[in-house]
Amino acid sequence: MTEDNQLKRRDLLSMIGMFGGSIALYNAMTALGHAEESRFSSPINLSGAPKGKSVVILGAGLAGLVAAYELKKAGYRVQVLEYQDRAGGRCYSVRGGDKIVEIGGTTQVCEFAPGNYLNPGPWRIPHHHRALLHYCKALGVELEPFIQYNQNCFVHNSRGFGGKPQRYKELAVDFKGHTSELLSKALKAGALDQNVSKEDKEKLVEALREWGLLNADLSYASSLRVSTQRGYNRAPGGGPEGAPTPSKINSLSDVLSSGVWTQMSFYFNYVMQTTMFQPKGGMDMIGKAFAKQLPREVRLNTKVTRIAQDASGVTINWSDAKNGQAGVSKADFCLNTIPLPVLSQLDIQVGPAMKAAISAVPFSPQVKIGLEMRRRFWEDNYAIYGGHSFTDQPIQLISYPNNNMHKSGPAVLLGAFASNANGLLLAGMTPAERIESALRQGSVFHPAEYRKEFMNGVSFAWSRMPWILGCTSRWTDASRSEHYKNLTAMDGRIVLAGEHASYYGGWMEGSLLSALDAIARIHERAVAA
Amino acid sequence: MVQKIAGLITFAMALVLAASGAHGQADSAGSSVSTNEISSDGKGIYQQMCQACHMADAKGAVGAGASIPALAGNANLSEKGFLVKMLLDGRGGMPGFSDALSEKQIAAVATYVRSHYNSYSGPVTEADVKQFVKPKDPPSPE
Repeated sequence: MTEDNQLKRRDLLSMIGMFGGSIALYNAMTALGHAEESRFSSPINLSGAPKGKSVVILGAGLAGLVAAYELKKAGYRVQVLEYQDRAGGRCYSVRGGDKIVEIGGTTQVCEFAPGNYLNPGPWRIPHHHRALLHYCKALGVELEPFIQYNQNCFVHNSRGFGGKPQRYKELAVDFKGHTSELLSKALKAGALDQNVSKEDKEKLVEALREWGLLNADLSYASSLRVSTQRGYNRAPGGGPEGAPTPSKINSLSDVLSSGVWTQMSFYFNYVMQTTMFQPKGGMDMIGKAFAKQLPREVRLNTKVTRIAQDASGVTINWSDAKNGQAGVSKADFCLNTIPLPVLSQLDIQVGPAMKAAISAVPFSPQVKIGLEMRRRFWEDNYAIYGGHSFTDQPIQLISYPNNNMHKSGPAVLLGAFASNANGLLLAGMTPAERIESALRQGSVFHPAEYRKEFMNGVSFAWSRMPWILGCTSRWTDASRSEHYKNLTAMDGRIVLAGEHASYYGGWMEGSLLSALDAIARIHERAVAA
Repeated sequence: MVQKIAGLITFAMALVLAASGAHGQADSAGSSVSTNEISSDGKGIYQQMCQACHMADAKGAVGAGASIPALAGNANLSEKGFLVKMLLDGRGGMPGFSDALSEKQIAAVATYVRSHYNSYSGPVTEADVKQFVKPKDPPSPE
């Protein structure tokens, strides 16, 4: 990227703390360069499939499942080989009784009450992820709203407000008010006359006055009018003493110390805008719905050991993880969705360009932690119904359940969603240490209740999951330009698919779009042959 | 005053730029600020960054037809350059850490891994690391 960005990055590093800033801008560069909408416009049409042609699919995550579903429908013979004892891949939910086994053998048994779950991987679906929404509808996966934006949640910054969490709405309204005051006063003083026409200047000052809830003299100050947005000291009530009293605004310095613009900006992200959804009962409902359509096609507990091809077809060697039995699957084509950290160590017969691409993309080390609490104290005591409270501690956020509101009985909070250095830090701990960290850090938001109401918890450290060794593909501009085309191009009879073979990395939509694109190319080849 | 305001706006915009991209594509928590400061000490860095995958005993682990290499008793690490290049650039499932760690930190953790989990003598210095640091990408036209 440009030298200008490099300089900004260096400034940022010193301003906002080292690792987060660096990764933030790194991601900013990748993201801003490659913003993509969902390309899904209508269901795929694979008509005219030649009789008897076969496709072997490696991996029963969403990419493999959608490919099998569509190819089968089109008349292809399909077999899906899956290493785990379940279909769905990262589209998964952990429930009471489930075991989480990490590399090295560390095992946790989830103790959640019936009906409670943690979505360790994908957990929210943007309204514009049309391919995913199409299949949810087609397969009868019931969706419910995911509460993405909740102004009543907290923002915690250990460097601001003496480390005391503040309500998002108070900080956001104050940030808007103070910046509006400064900008409108600068305009009035003529400081920006070179940048703004006289006419626009008048409009802009008026806009800022309304937008920022400013007084006639363009000052932002505590008032009942400001309280209509940031909340009251005493809320409106009934009877003779029902009059509200205004809340007190925070100073510009205090607001800046909270870093609230990070969250304000977060909600502007295309993939983070409302409406968002989640499947009722857990994210794994999607994978299960696909798998139900493929009762004889998916072979579980099957570890692929070799992927070979010649002019006549593909040959996949595998071994049964349960009984060690070796097997061979042959087909005309292979759709390979094995995650790159695993695939890069497998014996695969493809050209050097695809091989280099397979080895060029590391996966990120996200960690999620689910904490089961005896009761919904965030609802009862804080009027928080869904949404996220953010912190600058390694857990990064806690997120409140989006379903069963107002119910009594235990509920599961997301107690951490840590990425990058934070993910590595938590993944390196024992499960007990992770839970202790999550409780200690999460207690800043709900100090009286957090430990008191805690029942049990599980952690999901993606870098330690034996079947994937990471969470999502991490492309850079450099690796993208050098390897992406080679990763996604068909190599003989083999084509790769998955979120890593898309510009929508880390989203289920990317897995689906990648698989749909790949099977369209397989179909084209099969028809032409 | 005017300068102060202009400065403030630039400051805010720079941070918003960083924040908006921190979660621009892949789903993530959405915080670009962190109190998680990386240690300057080799052992601390290993615990914070490396043992997530290579495990606390540095013996690695085996997964689905793939393994995470052991760092303990690893003959490749006799050569400082091999380890430094791996730390800077990564390979396969391993990410590069040139953005996350300073040259000093890379030297510290490399020294720790070579001496604590192996018995290779001689520290890895910042100068050793500098030899392998790739120049940053030249400015691109976009």
